[in-house]
Order: sequence, then structure tokens, then C-alpha cells
Amino acid sequence: MSTETTVEEQVTVASKVGLHARPAAAVVKAANELPTVVKIGKDGRVVDARSMLSLLSLGAEHGDTVTVSAEGPDAAEAVAAMVALLASNLDEAS
Amino acid sequence: MPALDTTRPVLEGTGVSPGIAIGPMVHMGAPIAELPGPVSGGGPDIEFGRAQRALDEVARDLEQRRDRAEGDAFAVLDALSMLARDPALIDAVGAEVDGGRPAPHAVDAAIAGFRTMLEAAGGYLAERAADLTDLRNRAVARLLHLPMPGIPEHEAPFVLAAEDLAPADTVDLRPGHVLAIVTSRGGPTSHTAIIAKAMGLPCIVGCVGIAEVDDETLVIVDGSAGRVTADPDADEIAAAERRKEAREALLASSAGPGVTADGHGVQLLLNIGSAAAGAAEEVDAEGVGLLRTEFLFLDRTTEPTVEEQTASYHEIFAGFAGRKVVVRTLDVGADKPLPFVEPGPGDNPALGLRGWRLIANNPGLIERQLEAIAAAAATAPCEVWVMAPMIATVTEAEDFVALARAAGIATAGVMVEVPALALQAERLVEVVDFVSLGTNDLSQYTFAADRLVGELGELLDPWQPAVLELIARTATAGRAAGVPVGVCGEAASDPNLALVLTGFGCTSLSMSANAVAEVRAGLATTTLERCEELATLALTGTDGRDARTRVLAALTG
Repeated sequence: MSTETTVEEQVTVASKVGLHARPAAAVVKAANELPTVVKIGKDGRVVDARSMLSLLSLGAEHGDTVTVSAEGPDAAEAVAAMVALLASNLDEAS
Repeated sequence: MPALDTTRPVLEGTGVSPGIAIGPMVHMGAPIAELPGPVSGGGPDIEFGRAQRALDEVARDLEQRRDRAEGDAFAVLDALSMLARDPALIDAVGAEVDGGRPAPHAVDAAIAGFRTMLEAAGGYLAERAADLTDLRNRAVARLLHLPMPGIPEHEAPFVLAAEDLAPADTVDLRPGHVLAIVTSRGGPTSHTAIIAKAMGLPCIVGCVGIAEVDDETLVIVDGSAGRVTADPDADEIAAAERRKEAREALLASSAGPGVTADGHGVQLLLNIGSAAAGAAEEVDAEGVGLLRTEFLFLDRTTEPTVEEQTASYHEIFAGFAGRKVVVRTLDVGADKPLPFVEPGPGDNPALGLRGWRLIANNPGLIERQLEAIAAAAATAPCEVWVMAPMIATVTEAEDFVALARAAGIATAGVMVEVPALALQAERLVEVVDFVSLGTNDLSQYTFAADRLVGELGELLDPWQPAVLELIARTATAGRAAGVPVGVCGEAASDPNLALVLTGFGCTSLSMSANAVAEVRAGLATTTLERCEELATLALTGTDGRDARTRVLAALTG
């Protein structure tokens, strides 16, 4: 595992309500469809993006910077997709 | 209350949705408050498997229900099912079984941990804590082989008994499967009452005794009388069947304009807002008593143009050819803000700038709406009346009528929903063509009781004599001056209260489409003189419940 590449990218949370409610649900749904496990970190804590409870516990608000990371051959693709999602206006996602 | 000459257990409550149902009663599954002491399980691996399966089954059940749901209910069930599949939760359950707990206790402890975390965070996250409690109750019920909390699964149609229903529960209510609803808590304005009425199910709330009735007991529910008969004998069942059939026949044959048994006409009208308009055209009613125009403006970032508004009004008017449509001008503000409407300051939305009061801050907004209504009315096949909401003084009423006339509107009136205006009714009827009583807001303002606070439901009961007094006063003034006085609030859809309102002298009753037949049937079997007696009786009540009980006793006694 140690030889596999870790991809990491920072992004600012665009959703007005932060990573709560519908935006958090949209992140969980997207994470479940990605080819590899994506993690989201803030202030030194790193959690599985497929877990609503963990995401809520991060307390990421609008304008906060979070770190998106993944490992393995699909890491770059997965991180890019999650970064794009977090940078978009998730408030209108249902 | 009259003595009941029966030996059968008869339970009393508040009838909030009329009709008679006969069937087995089933209690809604109650959450398991305390777990039994942990029985030694089959070891961590087996217990973890049990817990995982239970959570998976709960998730699948929620997903199935979600797929049948719409709107808010969809979102509620979607979030719940997502929590049931949460990998962090599964990990926490794993840690608990490794610590030696059996599956139900592990799930309970793992969820409690997350709940504490969310509650500590407060705000939105604390609300999610309630979702976790729901999830815990479901998973634990499954693991202990106890009935699932929520609407019970039952082969035959049944009468549902519950403490009260939560919005998420009502998703599973299927008409034809659930025959009636009886709750031990809740008031006439509770969510349960609103849903039951919307579905046309007989419903009794605040029936404390229902909790003591065993599952599968045969019951007769009389939603009109607010009475449940448990374990009835053959004669009682036969009598209930006869009344049920007679009532159904009466409703089916009910048609045409509203009229009392002795021929006094009371117009029966509909409350509509946008999308419902199409279906409303088909309803056997004499027109629209309240056309809410907010729908044209909500979800907009800019004000719709006069042309756009004209086209929308015209489309609605076209569906009511030969009938009457009462249009209410924009009723937004404070709690229903619009991006292009300047709301002004204020922390107390219901008492702030809303309805007519917006005119000061938004020059031209109401003028443009009136212009569009007048333009649509000019070529409409129906009679168009226009009224303004939140009028508080006779001067404001005069100002609105002048504005409406200047726009070319022939019939202009106001809503009476501020008690101050009802107290000025004698002067008010000199300056308007008609009056419409909005009983929901009139109750809120008379009782200083927020409509959105469920605990204040009793104060907001439309039977409250203080509100009835204001209605009576307005109707009397209208009758003396020959000015029509209608009711377009919740009050008008209660068939017994409709008799009282008719007794006061109200000339029209406006309600949701499914209430019309019931109200019409009630009027058709009651004379105007009887309505006047009931009206006098209602005013002697000491509160809403008492007024309702007195009138009901007179009607059934």
C-alpha cells in the first residue's frame, strides 16, 4: 500500500449551510459512487466521505477549507470529482 | 355532557374529522424505552452479524418507503436510510460487540455515542439527533423481534390508535387500509388532524382512554361525535353500519348550491392557490372564496410583470365560468420574504410588515397587481371580487377600496383577520363591498398565540368563543348593511362549525375541496333557526372544547 500514490487537494466549501443537511447527503451519495474511498479532512481530523455522521462531526462551514484525499490508481479521478462537488453550490442539490 | 345509556365502554375525545368507521383497532408500535438486561450472546462475530443485518433491513425498509414518498417525507426518509448505512456507525457497533455487548445493546450504545456528539453541537445537528433516536428504535425493535415503531403492518383494514402521529409516520397512511385515526394526545390543530382531514379519514384526537384498549379489539369510531365504542354488541354494530350508509348516501346525493333545510342560501366556495386550481374547477362548488396569489410570486427573484400576472389570473378565471372568484392580493412579508419585496425591520414576523402593510415600503407593487387582476377580470367569464389581507383600520380599508376602484375593479373588499378591524365592523361595512373572515390569523391575533407553535393548539381551536364573538359581530354588521360576510379560514371546513357560522349570518363559506360535500350535507338537514340556536349556544362555551361539546350535545342529543 505504501507504494501507492496518495492524491490530496484543498478546496473551499461553497455550500451556504456548510456540510450539513442536503449538501452532506449529496457528498455521501457521490462518495459511495466513486471508484475508491475518498476522505475529507479539516483541522487535522480526517473522515470517510461515505459517512454522514463523520461528515457532520467535522463541522465544516461555508468558506472553510477542507482537504480531500484518496489512495490508489483511481485516486486522482476521485479527488477531482469530490473537489468539484464541494466547490459547487450544493444547496440546490436534492 | 349527556349520560350515555350503554354498558359498553365508550371513550370520548375531540372529533376533528367526521365520518364513521368500524374495524379492528391496532396501536402504533411504541419505541422500546429500556432494553432487557443483556443476555449472553453468541460472541462478537455472531452479534456483529446480527446487528449488521438488522441495520441493513432497517435501511432497506426506509429506502422502500422513501421511494413511495414525495417532498419533505422523501428527504426525511432518505436521510434516515443514509444513517442506517453509515460506515462510522457500523464501526462503532463493531467496537461495542468487541467489548462484549450483544447486538441490541451494541446498537443502542453506538447510536447513543453519536447522539451525544450531535446534541452537543446544537442547531441543525441537534435535530439530526432525533433521526438517530428513530433509527435506534427501529433497529432495536428488529433485533428484539418486537413490533416496529410506526404504522403497523396489518393484513385487514384497521383503525389506527397512537399517541400522536409524526410527519414521517403519515407517509405510510394508505386510505382504504387505515379506516380511521384515534390519538390519545394532540389537539384539533395537530398534524394528525390536518392529515386526517386531508385524507378524508374519520379522526378523533385527545382520546385518552384509547391507550387502554387492546390490539385487535373491534371498535366503532364516530369522528363527528368524537366517540369510540370498544367491543360493541351486534345491535351497536348494526346501528353504526346504518348510520355509516345513511351518511355515505347523503354525501353522494349532496349536490348544487349550499342551502339550509328551510331554503336559506349559503354560498360554498373553495380555497385555492395555483396548481390545485385545475382540479378545483371540477368540484361542485359555487366558485372560489380565496384565491391565494402568492404562488405567482414565490420562487421568483424579480416581480412578475403585469402581463405575466394577467395571463395567470386569466387562466384561473377561465376555469370558473359563471361562478365567482375572490382574489386575495399578495400576502407575503416577514416570515414569507421575497427577494424583491423590502420587508422592513422587525423580529416578530406575524406582527410585522405583511400583506397590505407592505405597501408603504414597496411603491407600485400592489398597484401593479390590481392592474393585472382588473385586466384579467375585464374579459373573464366569471365574477371577480378582490380583497386585501392584513387590514387593521377602516381608513386602510378605504384606501384599498379606492386603489382597487381606480384600477377598474368593480367589487372590492377586505379580509378581517386583525381583531381591531372586527371591533370596527359597523364602520367597516360602510366602506367595503364585502368582507371575508380569515379565522386562522384572527385566532392567532386574538389569542396572542403563534400559529406555528403546536403546544398552543387549544388556543387556536376555531371553536374558541372569543373568536366566534368577533365573527358574530362582523356578520351582524354585514347583515344590517346588506354587505356579504364570508369565512375563508379553517373554521368553515368543520361541518358543525359551519352551522354556527351560518347562524351568525355569514353568507359564504370557503374551504378545501374535500370538505364541501360534508358541509353541504350538514346545512341541508338543518334549518336556519336551528343554526341560530346553535350559534347562540356556541357563544356560551367557556373555551373551544366546551363550545364544541355543547353544540355537539345539542346536535346529537
